[in-house]
Amino acid sequence: MNILAYSAVELSTAIKEKKITVREAVEAVLDQIDQKDKTLNCYVTVDSAKAYAQAEEIQKKIDAGELAGPLAGVPVAIKDNMCTKDMLTTCSSKILGNFIPAFTAEAVERLQAAGAVIIGKTNMDEFAMGSTTETSAFGVTRNPWNTEHVPGGSSGGSAAAVAAEECFFALGSDTGGSIRQPASYCGVVGLKPTYGTVSRYGLIAYGSSLDQIGPLTKTVTDCATVLETIAAHDSKDSTSVEREDTDFTKALVEDVSGMKIGIPRDYFGEGLDSDVKTAVLAAAETLKQKGAIVEEFDLPLVDYAIPCYYTIAAAEASSNLERFDGIKYGYRTESYEGLHNMYKKSRSEGFGPEVKRRIMLGAFVLSSGYFDAYYLKALRTKALIKKAFDEAFTKYDLILGPVAPTTAPVLGSSLSDPLKMYLGDIYTIAVNLAGLPGISVPCGTDKAGMPIGLQLIGDCFQEKKLIQAAYTYEKTCGGFSIAAERER
Amino acid sequence: MAQKIYETVIGLEVHVELATKTKIFCGCSTEFGGAPNSHTCPVCTGMPGSLPVLNKQVLEYAVAVGLATNCNITQYCKFDRKNYFYPDNPQNYQISQLYLPICRNGHVEIETAAGKKNVGIHEIHMEEDAGKLIHDEWEDCSLVDYNRSGVPLIEIVSEPDMRSADEVIAYLEKLRLLIQYLGASDCKLQEGSMRADVNLSIREMGAPEFGTRTEMKNLNSFKAIAHAIDGERARQIELLEEGKAVIQETRRWDDNKEYSYAMRSKEDAQDYRYFPDPDLTPIVVSDEWLSEIKAKQPEFRTEKIARYQKEFDIPEYDIDIITSSKHMADLFEATVALGREPKKVSNWLMVETMRLLKENMMDPEDIKYSPEHLAALIKLVDDKAINGSVAKEVFEVVFKEDVDPVQYVEEHGLKTVNDEGALRKTIEEIVAANPQSVEDYHNGKEKAIGFLVGQTMKAMHGKADPGMVNQILKELL
Repeated sequence: MNILAYSAVELSTAIKEKKITVREAVEAVLDQIDQKDKTLNCYVTVDSAKAYAQAEEIQKKIDAGELAGPLAGVPVAIKDNMCTKDMLTTCSSKILGNFIPAFTAEAVERLQAAGAVIIGKTNMDEFAMGSTTETSAFGVTRNPWNTEHVPGGSSGGSAAAVAAEECFFALGSDTGGSIRQPASYCGVVGLKPTYGTVSRYGLIAYGSSLDQIGPLTKTVTDCATVLETIAAHDSKDSTSVEREDTDFTKALVEDVSGMKIGIPRDYFGEGLDSDVKTAVLAAAETLKQKGAIVEEFDLPLVDYAIPCYYTIAAAEASSNLERFDGIKYGYRTESYEGLHNMYKKSRSEGFGPEVKRRIMLGAFVLSSGYFDAYYLKALRTKALIKKAFDEAFTKYDLILGPVAPTTAPVLGSSLSDPLKMYLGDIYTIAVNLAGLPGISVPCGTDKAGMPIGLQLIGDCFQEKKLIQAAYTYEKTCGGFSIAAERER
Repeated sequence: MAQKIYETVIGLEVHVELATKTKIFCGCSTEFGGAPNSHTCPVCTGMPGSLPVLNKQVLEYAVAVGLATNCNITQYCKFDRKNYFYPDNPQNYQISQLYLPICRNGHVEIETAAGKKNVGIHEIHMEEDAGKLIHDEWEDCSLVDYNRSGVPLIEIVSEPDMRSADEVIAYLEKLRLLIQYLGASDCKLQEGSMRADVNLSIREMGAPEFGTRTEMKNLNSFKAIAHAIDGERARQIELLEEGKAVIQETRRWDDNKEYSYAMRSKEDAQDYRYFPDPDLTPIVVSDEWLSEIKAKQPEFRTEKIARYQKEFDIPEYDIDIITSSKHMADLFEATVALGREPKKVSNWLMVETMRLLKENMMDPEDIKYSPEHLAALIKLVDDKAINGSVAKEVFEVVFKEDVDPVQYVEEHGLKTVNDEGALRKTIEEIVAANPQSVEDYHNGKEKAIGFLVGQTMKAMHGKADPGMVNQILKELL
């Protein structure tokens, strides 16, 4: 069997059954990267020497019975905003183009401890600001389904790498949809956990109160497995929560009978592509056939989610990105006169236009005289949005809708109109504002053959319901991956 | 024209470095000194991806200081980011508190020659200290040492309630003592663990409105504070008398030149874009924890003075000096608890200890010796095992190195010779060798016996009991 066609969990099983070695798995992935990544550009950094060294070490541990977990020996790709000790971590920005961290992010360390092999770091929108991976300082990533299209963003490199079989799974981060939307565009599974479930220690912050790390995988089983591995309380992250129900693989049950699923009418209005609408409603129908109780309801305030998000995220980003000043690490301008000139030139040359736009927006909404009118109002709106979801979850176990209004747009069509790009986040953003978990599962393709994602949203800490419904859907539809498409 | 009478209006912003072992948001040591950047980690150097976690001891100290200064404790409080670019601040924002400071609306009572009064405390907030910039003139570059970055501070902001340098100093003394008694800081102005910025304005006596104020920084001693206040008052009066306006600005005091100069005016004031730090969850001080901290509040100076007056038969003056330092008061009580007479313990503190502190330019907080060793020394004297002059000699070593006086006396053979036979034999020899003095004594020259005592002590290397020497001499003569 083609090694690359394995899911992460299948691969680890095959390794433990000695059908293949970790080295062979790493080799297969690196060969695939060699063949495809010149075109796709999923990776900013590929470290084959380190990958082989890890492979050897992990193989020994597997052989000695020290590593028996479901991810042992599985090659993984990490979004380039998660710190990896001794490995370049750039956030796809010129300003961190030479940055090598002194420590590894907690979530990545947990994967390493489980025996996953880090292949490299994936391309993204600069500092996770963007929805297409086109704002990267290191070139665009192309969608493996059609290289004229974007992979989505900001975790576009991670989603495309999974879809192109350049890794067996990947980590992404989601501040306003940055895992779910590229997962949807690339036809893979992507989950954004409840805020606080996965440690943010070592994740280079964009919007600290919204950022969450999560898995991008080929299957729902892989998704639950990876989440189970990376979810844990971390005393190094004050916003990390203590929860005991992290045995997510227990929710891999093919049963939705009696599950109450709400469909917000507001998610199917103007601007939604008809192919996407059809595919998502068909998915809802599938779940209904399997015994779920599906009904429509009103979820107000959705229209306020976008301005609210761009105010809060930009405010936090403007402060979070202040540390990139050319003094301690990262890019410093060649010539300058005095301290302030050095700051100005290093930052002007080091940051790209989308990052600058959000820094300026954030600095503006926090400045005295505007703070109340923008930032505080956004915080109040956020609380109202949370309340609207709270009410919905008194009636429903899950909320079902599209991930994005359209399938992946063609390259170069988004950045010219940032406002339009921001509006594309409409279905994903409210989930971050309310701190909820959300999953994107492939549910078909449009007329042009581009993948469509189904979004399921749960109440806080209800990832198991998401996983159970997504798993049921996946089993019913017989799975849906780029490989399956290729064989069709 | 009648001379105008001006009133000085002063408010203080006092920064106090808290005595925690580790920094406010990471586990790095707060120990002073150390090679540059040796007490640092990804958190206190602002590395990408690092996150702050609040040191609970900082919160406890801040609450304790708030309770001691009669503040309301904000039981739901938050940290905010103060954004400004400067290399000593690795994140380019300082984590501080603006919107919900931990303590508000307190006061302390001060006493000066003018009488007693309350000084209001507007708020106390927690924040992190910055690193230190070192300008290397030789290499023409600047270097940053982040060892101090993240050291916990509280800032105590007073109301503009003080009217003279005397009141300011009384207020600072009061804060210093309260905080020292709490063990929350050693509050040393010279070393920067307590820093005071003085906000000062003047107005005509009786005027309802405050005048325009200036803020003075870099005041490293009570003396500098007093001089700076007098100087700034005079400067502002002169401006007003000349018909000029006081400009709201920050001024830096130069202690050598005894002059302040303008650093920046209000027009240059930065917009710090404060907002709640999303990396730190809101702090909830539970009722239970608050009462625990309350229960742990120590006996403060006023209460201690009252108790000493009742319990110990020592002079008021001694009580005043001993209680002016928590460390000294602790030492006093512990030594007394070991069974020594309060008056004797007090004497060692008041006389020899104070003398050595002065000679070595040390503060009472720097006293190193243990109550056990002081008690042992006093016991040696009480038991007549050593005489007074030997005791002083031994005390100097105890003071310097905190040695065990019993062991020291033993090792150095300083014990008083109580062997009457040996002493009598020495005295017999002295008497035989000094017939002239013996004769003088018999001729009524009482002083002659002093000479013979001295000779005996010398021969005994100071280790004889002077009483016994006198007694034997008189017998022999």
